[in-house]
Amino acid sequence: MTGLTLDLLCMQMLTGIALGSIYALLALGLCLIFGMLTVVNFAHGAFFMVGAFLGVFFLGLTGNFWFSLLLVPLITGVMGLFTERFLVRPMYGRGIDYPLLLTFGLSYVLIELTRIIFGIEGMPSITPAGLTGSVNVGFGYFPKYRLFLILATAVIILCIWLFIQKTRYGLIIKAGSRDQEILKVLGVDIAKVWLIVFAVGTAIAGLSGILASPTRSVNPEMGIPILAESFVVTVVGGMGSPVGAVVAGLLVGIVYSMTSLFAPELAELSIFVLMAVVLIIRPQGLFGKAGLMG
Amino acid sequence: MSRKLTNQQRRKILIGGATVASSPFWFNIAKAQSAPIKIGFPTPLTGPFSAEAQDQARAADLAIKEFNEAGGFNGRKAELLVRDDKLNPGEAATRTLELIEKDKVDYVVGSLSAATQLSINAVCKERKVIFNSISQSDAINEVKDWSIYTFHEALNPTMTAGAVARYAIPRFGKKIVFLTADYAYGHEMVRAFERAGKKMGATTLADIRHPLGAADYSAFLPRIKALNPDILVLCNFGRDLVNSAKQCTDFGLKNSMKIVTPVLLYTARQAGGPEAFEGIMGGTSYYWGLEDRIPSAKIFNDRFRKAYGGAVPSDYGALGYSGIRSILQAIKNAKSTDTPKVITALEQLKYDWYKGPEYYRKCDHQAVQSVILIDSKSKNMNDKYDVFNILQIDPISEENMRSCAELGFKV
Repeated sequence: MTGLTLDLLCMQMLTGIALGSIYALLALGLCLIFGMLTVVNFAHGAFFMVGAFLGVFFLGLTGNFWFSLLLVPLITGVMGLFTERFLVRPMYGRGIDYPLLLTFGLSYVLIELTRIIFGIEGMPSITPAGLTGSVNVGFGYFPKYRLFLILATAVIILCIWLFIQKTRYGLIIKAGSRDQEILKVLGVDIAKVWLIVFAVGTAIAGLSGILASPTRSVNPEMGIPILAESFVVTVVGGMGSPVGAVVAGLLVGIVYSMTSLFAPELAELSIFVLMAVVLIIRPQGLFGKAGLMG
Repeated sequence: MSRKLTNQQRRKILIGGATVASSPFWFNIAKAQSAPIKIGFPTPLTGPFSAEAQDQARAADLAIKEFNEAGGFNGRKAELLVRDDKLNPGEAATRTLELIEKDKVDYVVGSLSAATQLSINAVCKERKVIFNSISQSDAINEVKDWSIYTFHEALNPTMTAGAVARYAIPRFGKKIVFLTADYAYGHEMVRAFERAGKKMGATTLADIRHPLGAADYSAFLPRIKALNPDILVLCNFGRDLVNSAKQCTDFGLKNSMKIVTPVLLYTARQAGGPEAFEGIMGGTSYYWGLEDRIPSAKIFNDRFRKAYGGAVPSDYGALGYSGIRSILQAIKNAKSTDTPKVITALEQLKYDWYKGPEYYRKCDHQAVQSVILIDSKSKNMNDKYDVFNILQIDPISEENMRSCAELGFKV
């Protein structure tokens, strides 16, 4: 390829990181739920979509992006609470495919409800005031909003890390993903922990939705392709590993972006090739523990 | 004598009446006169082109209602059978086959993708049913896919991308980059733009292909910026156009190049908003603003507004209306619903349903029509429907189309 410069490579890298931020956030939510509950949440993409719609809706209503940014994860979190309590909970102890099929069905219900409420055409997304346009980052102009996206993701991931590492609940979650029996013996109400973890997972999905909305069009089907990509990320990172989800999210974003530069037609394929290669060399994923799916 | 009927008499009369009413003979006459003329309408009601497809169905329904309100044909009313083909060629073929075999439709109008229209066309060709396609394609005109039953109401990429190239290249420059949806229609638009551009000395710096339905284009944009073309041509459609236009704007591409698109969609502009489309120019088959200069556009818009709460028809919506109206008019002209007679009537039809004069070219049944060149407004908009400026109308001319010989027809 002619015209390949360091500036272009840097730009492509930054683009990949911005893309990877959304993957990392989504995969983190997926993997928290899987690590604790062994539930493969197929409705995760739908919660992402619901987050985007609610974000645009509240933004239109209130004109305040920051308010929507707080409100939306709360709503999708509450939706998660209800989902776990009334839909997923009766499936526990029945094998991994039961909640998988259930959440798969739930995703269709959420998509259809969105079509009924907001229409099938989707909504024009709005970039918050002050974050429109682009800014010189030294090697070229980059959209301000995407820089904000990278920063916001970093902050959110840091908060989740602090929550897991430094709080009592975090300790319980960590312990729970290792040995739930012992936790029960120690007198921890494990059902409550599951409820909260599921809600945190769906809250993160909703948050990713509103964060992603200014970069793309908001429509009822937007969660479907990104769910597949998020699963690729969790598999590459290792099922149930939060560190893996973040590292693999960024890696997938960068691989996609770099492939787009050299062979745009193969960009879509490249992330699946990455997954295949990782699975051959390290079947449990980069940071995963073997035998989790058993 | 008492006029009162006994119960027994009354019963006899009722049975007799019922027998006559239900006799096969009577029934057949009634059916021949009142059986509706059925038109199948497969289109992707769900998926990335759903906004356009919904409008197609709305406008098609308007044409059906107009026909019925005017008394139909020999007392027969028309009926529209809309089916969702989900933008999937396999699904489109199945739905079309179902429409023909199970629902017994007389004609098929519809489709909204180069790929699905070819599969619908293949089914109609085999079953000898007229298909009037209302979506863009170059392949459908070529002798390989075409049949005597194939009509093409929509523009094709040669006509629309050609018109945009002829307008844009002299004004904005000769170095071109394409961002293309990687499927038949995307490739056809590139080919047509290049074909017209070649005559004006334009060069292609790159043709960057993205997967159909991609949500993020950011990974393609730094390279486009580095290539520094005069013109970036977005050869995609529907949500892909919305997303790519929005992200090109975010990445500041408009500062150094002109962005054009062979088909600048009304629905995409509505979904994407004024900022994303600011300054983007392109072609279209129809924009409601033509009503200032074309009387038939005014009549059509007013009917649409009345039926749909003041909304205006979109470009592809208008094609749904036109596609149905041509067939219904041909039935009236032919004084018959027989397929061969309707084909002849369509071939002879000169019509002006909504955008000025049109006719179907004899060799490939392509609707010869004008291309409207527009650009997107971002200021001084009167209302939410006021989104484009009409720059120029590329007049109807067979010269700007591929010739019959080029398409493989014997001349």
